[in-house]
Amino acid sequence: MSGTNNVAQARKLVEQLRIEAGIERMKVSKASSELMSYCEQHARSDPLLVGVPASENPFKDKKPCVIL
Amino acid sequence: MDQTFLVNVFGSCDKCFKKRALRPVFKKSQQLSYCSTCAEIMATDGLHENETLASLKSEAETLKGKLEEERAKLHDVELHQVAERVEALGQFVMKTRRTLKGHGNKVLCMDWCKDKRRIVSSSQDGKVIVWDSFTTNKEHAVTMPCTWVMACAYAPSGCAIACGGLDNKCSVYPLTFDKNENMAAKKKSVAMHTNYLSACSFTNSDMQILTASGDGTCALWDVESGQLLQSFHGHGADVLCLDLAPSETGNTFVSGGCDKKAMVWDMRSGQCVQAFETHESDVNSVRYYPSGDAFASGSDDATCRLYDLRADREVAIYSKESIIFGASSVDFSLSGRLLFAGYNDYTINVWDVLKGSRVSILFGHENRVSTLRVSPDGTAFCSGSWDHTLRVWA
Repeated sequence: MSGTNNVAQARKLVEQLRIEAGIERMKVSKASSELMSYCEQHARSDPLLVGVPASENPFKDKKPCVIL
Repeated sequence: MDQTFLVNVFGSCDKCFKKRALRPVFKKSQQLSYCSTCAEIMATDGLHENETLASLKSEAETLKGKLEEERAKLHDVELHQVAERVEALGQFVMKTRRTLKGHGNKVLCMDWCKDKRRIVSSSQDGKVIVWDSFTTNKEHAVTMPCTWVMACAYAPSGCAIACGGLDNKCSVYPLTFDKNENMAAKKKSVAMHTNYLSACSFTNSDMQILTASGDGTCALWDVESGQLLQSFHGHGADVLCLDLAPSETGNTFVSGGCDKKAMVWDMRSGQCVQAFETHESDVNSVRYYPSGDAFASGSDDATCRLYDLRADREVAIYSKESIIFGASSVDFSLSGRLLFAGYNDYTINVWDVLKGSRVSILFGHENRVSTLRVSPDGTAFCSGSWDHTLRVWA
C-alpha cells in the first residue's frame, strides 16, 4: 500500500514541477526597474520615508501650546 | 506532521460523477477533481513499465534542474546594480512614540485596524487585547482558553477580531462596546487544524479567513458557517506565516514554513503556483511588496530576502555579518522602499529595499521582537516583543 502512495506522491511532485517549470518569466533587469519605478512613484506619499511634520502625524508630539 | 486533514470541496467527481469529498488531481497538467476512490485508481492506473518510482524521481530531478536553468537565464543583473542610479536615502530618525503595556507575558502577534489607530495583540498568557494606539488605552480584552495565542487579526470592518494558537483553532470575536456584554460569550470557532495555528488573516471581507498551521497546511474558511472552502497542501513542515496579495493583484497569497520554503498559492484552485527555497532555515515571516509583484521574507538564517514573482527568483538578500539572530517579522513602508525587520536580538533593522543596505537600527525592546506591522496609512509601524510590550514607532 505504501508503495502505491510513494508513486502517487512522486507523480504529484512531477506534475507540480511541470507546472512550475512552465510559467512565463521576466528578466531580472526588467522586473527590477519596475520595482524601482513603483518606489519612485510612491515615494512622496510614504510618510516613513519622507517624514511628515508633527502636526500631520498623530503619533508625533506636537509643540506645547502657550496660553496667552 | 499530521496529514489526516484533506481537502473538503464537495461536488461531483470528474470521473465517476458521484457526489463525494473531492481532491485536486492532475492529468497532463490539467487540474480535475476526483473523489478519493478514483484518485487512488488513477495513481495506480496505467502504471507502465517505464513509470516506476525510480523513473518518476529522476524526472523530478530533471525538472528541478530545468527550473534552475530557466531561472538562471533571466538573471542578467542584480537588483542593487539596477538601483545604483537611485538616490541614496538620508538619515532616519525613528523613535518609540507609544509604548503599550498590559500583557502579562510575551507578545506574539499584532495587527492594525483599517482605522489606522486601533491595534489587536495576542500573548503567550492567553490574552488578546485591543488598544487605541493614540491614547494607549485598552478598549477590549479577552482571555483565550489556551496559552500561546500565536495569531491574531483585525477584521476589515473593524467590528471583529480573529485569534488562535495552541488550541489548534481560529476563533472570531465580534467587538462590542456594550459594557454588559461578555466578549467571550459571542465567540465563534471558525477554523480547525490538527496542530497549532501560526497565522491568520481575513480576506477582503469579514466573511472569509485564511489560516496557517503547524499541521503543514493553510486553509480558507467561511466565517459564518465554519466551512472549509479550500485547503493548501505542499509545505513539508509547519507553516509559520502567510500574507494575502494586495487586492488589485488577484487571488493569491504567500506562505512560509519550517521547510525553508516560501510558496505562492492560487486561492481558488488550491494550487501552488510558485515555490522558492533559498533560505537556510525556517521562514518566519512573509510580506508582499505593495505592488504585489514581489514579496519579502524573514528567516531564522538571520537574513531577509526579496523574491520577484515575475522573474520567479530571489533578487535581493538583506544581511550583515554582524546580524546572527533570526528575523521574526518583516513589513514594507508604503512605497516599498523601506523594509522593517524585527529580530531575535531585540533590534529592528531598517533596510533600503532597492540598494540592499541597512539604513537604520532601532533599539528599545528588551527581548526578542516577535511581530511587526506598518500602519495602514504608513505613518507609523508597531512592534511586539517577548518583553511583554508593543511599541509604535514613527
